[in-house]
Amino acid sequence: MTREPLLDIRNLNAFYGRAQVLFGLSLYLYPGEVVALVGRNGAGKTTTLKAIMGLIAASATHATFKGHSLGRLPTYRIARLGLGYVPEDRRIFTDLTVDENLETGRRPAGAGRSPWTPERLFRLFPNLAEMRGRRGSQMSGGEQQMLAIARTLMGNPDAILLDEPSEGIAPVIVQMMAEAIRAMKAEGVAVLLSEQNWAFAAGISDRALVIERGEIRFQGSMDELMANEALRADTLGV
Amino acid sequence: MDPAFLAVQALSGLSSASSLFITACGLTIVFGVTRIVNFAHGSLYMIGAYTAATLIPRLLELSFGPVTFWAGILASALVVGVIGVIIEVLLLRRIYGAPELFQLLATFGVVLVVQDLVVQVFGPEDILGPRAPGLRAPVEILGRRFPSYELVLIAAGPIVLALVWLLLRRTRFGVLVRAATQDRDMVASLGVNQAMLFTGTLFLGAFLAGLGGALQIPRVSANTGMDLSIIAEAFVVTVVGGMGSVPGAFLAALIIGQLQAFGILIFPKSTLVVVFLLMAVVLAIRPYGLFGRAEIVGGTHAVGIASREPLPGRAFILLVVIAALACFPLVADAYLLKVATEILIFALFAFSLQLLIGVGGLVSFGHAAFFGLGAYGAALAVKWYGASMEAALPLGLALAALGAGLVGAFVVRLSGIYLAMMTLAAAQILYAVAFQWVEVTGGDNGIVGVWPSPWASGPIPYYLLTAALVLVTVLLLKRIIDAPFGYALRAARDSEARAEAIGLKIRQHRWLAFMIAGAGAGLAGGIYAFSRGSVDPSLLGIAASVDALTMLLLGGIQTVIGPLVGAAALHGLRDWIMPLTPLWRLFLGISIIAMVLVFPRGLVGTVRDGWEART
Repeated sequence: MTREPLLDIRNLNAFYGRAQVLFGLSLYLYPGEVVALVGRNGAGKTTTLKAIMGLIAASATHATFKGHSLGRLPTYRIARLGLGYVPEDRRIFTDLTVDENLETGRRPAGAGRSPWTPERLFRLFPNLAEMRGRRGSQMSGGEQQMLAIARTLMGNPDAILLDEPSEGIAPVIVQMMAEAIRAMKAEGVAVLLSEQNWAFAAGISDRALVIERGEIRFQGSMDELMANEALRADTLGV
Repeated sequence: MDPAFLAVQALSGLSSASSLFITACGLTIVFGVTRIVNFAHGSLYMIGAYTAATLIPRLLELSFGPVTFWAGILASALVVGVIGVIIEVLLLRRIYGAPELFQLLATFGVVLVVQDLVVQVFGPEDILGPRAPGLRAPVEILGRRFPSYELVLIAAGPIVLALVWLLLRRTRFGVLVRAATQDRDMVASLGVNQAMLFTGTLFLGAFLAGLGGALQIPRVSANTGMDLSIIAEAFVVTVVGGMGSVPGAFLAALIIGQLQAFGILIFPKSTLVVVFLLMAVVLAIRPYGLFGRAEIVGGTHAVGIASREPLPGRAFILLVVIAALACFPLVADAYLLKVATEILIFALFAFSLQLLIGVGGLVSFGHAAFFGLGAYGAALAVKWYGASMEAALPLGLALAALGAGLVGAFVVRLSGIYLAMMTLAAAQILYAVAFQWVEVTGGDNGIVGVWPSPWASGPIPYYLLTAALVLVTVLLLKRIIDAPFGYALRAARDSEARAEAIGLKIRQHRWLAFMIAGAGAGLAGGIYAFSRGSVDPSLLGIAASVDALTMLLLGGIQTVIGPLVGAAALHGLRDWIMPLTPLWRLFLGISIIAMVLVFPRGLVGTVRDGWEART
């Protein structure tokens, strides 16, 4: 591939207070690809995504998105560059209805792209269409997860950081998530996916990054990782 | 009872409810989004009243009529909205992440600044505004005359409620504000510029405060006391309704309006007490108010003292301090001794507060309640029972400890901002009792003739007595802070859940801390009463509570001896600067704001950090 990466992070270090949790982590993401960030609980997956979004203190020798330096940009400016973020606990606005939640995410689409609208998103997540006036607090975990993704898509991002989308939801909804991620990919949206559910990640990703204790242990194609049983057993336990 | 009278009473209750709601609604919206309890909200209300009372008569000279009057009201509210934006950009924006205590103190700094500026801009006289054209004649209701302007006010509350509701439900701004009320980081992750959202929210909140103030001018003259009186009531409304809830504020304002209107029939002098008792009852049953909910963010934001290496030669330093205190009368004149006596008293007052805030993480905003209880307890014992100083001081201390036990029983269930508001309310109840129960407390004039026993009278003996009492009590409190009890309080301050998990009974510990701190403040109050020979309600006021907090802040909240140094510094500054300028409050307010922004570790904290960095 000779194209420029969409997201290019080199040598990322992050800290909680004085404790360092990410050690010189590098990763990149090309347009329209799905990359899985896999690793055990506490390995640093969520921290990586938060650090990229500017939600925790972090430093990197190089951090760009679409060629713009992320440097010390505040979170909202990073989001406005076209980098969406769906946190692991979903963080739906429980006081707001489905329609209102979608409204909070709305941002204009880039030139020449057809913007995501609630109607298009309801085709992707039919369950949501039936509960447009329902409050977030009255939705199941799976429905909230769909809404969280739909809300971020309303901002017409070029890439999405998706934190543990399969966590704590019913298997039938996990299937829907997989389809939704494929649909996003088909629309040209790149996805950086943090996952503990190995089977789920393996089924939808082009590439994989294995993270352990804040460092990248492996990166390569999904097929390579599938073939490397020793590494999988060591770092993922599968 | 005469039905017409009841009807008119109910209507006037509705009109004060409306006025109160309009102001409190702004406060609760600002809190909901920014999580800052804006003390300066009352100041914005006051500016609204002064602006309207000054502006509208001039407008009416140009063109007399209802349109001009109401345009003037709106213009005044807009001016205040812009002032709110200025406050947000210059101050609030810098302290969104700061501990609650600092936020409250910084906005109280704005209160002080505005108090002096209002006098400078509008003059020291109260300004009576014009009556509304077209609404000058009273209407008859069941044969009784009722001001027609009040009817307009009654309508204004629901109109504002409806408009605010539409704004919050039907506009993108409103949706984002409600989202930010719940989860600020998530809103930012969706690409929303919080700064703009917050500035807009402050404009809205300040606009409503200004509107509330401007609407008052045909009823009451604009005066310099209206900021603190409205803020106390607005706090009650927002706390009773649930902080951040606009419908809650409306319901609470309705209840309080009626309580005030009819409470006056049952307890003619105790309207304030009734209102604050309502708050106490509601919070005891529903700790987050009628429509409020538990804070989503679990962090308490507490700052407090940490363990440090003991200073080398502590015993020697202590001996030097004792010697210096004992020898001070040899070099000082009567005036200096009086100043030193007061500094020692305030040092004890502030030190007792340190046990709650620095050690326990319990941000009490009404510590003057216990100082005042000690002072009044001693003074009442002298006045009504002819008690001697030796008997009156322990009685004052006991009354303060008892009061702290009572208040503590209510507030140890609460945390963070609700605790601060509740302690403030408790102090205001006592203030109201002292102010309104004239037969017993002497009301505004207080109690005079509280003099020490012959052996302790005169500057030198009384100074020595004060020094001895303060020294012993401070050492005792210090011992308590260093005991397992103090560690337990600090554990609960830093992590309530973990402290509970290792078996600490947090509520009992905090309750006991309240009583000990109350007793310490009560002793200080008693000594103060005898040093001045009199007591008055200001000892229990918000300003006295904030004085103690300022001493903590100035000296350094994270150190044990900070409050002592802070008391000396604040009192010394006050004695030095107050005679030089009429703008003492402006100076103090700016100093508080500056300390919060650039110097939050205080004098002792900064010195110690420098010391530890070198060694």
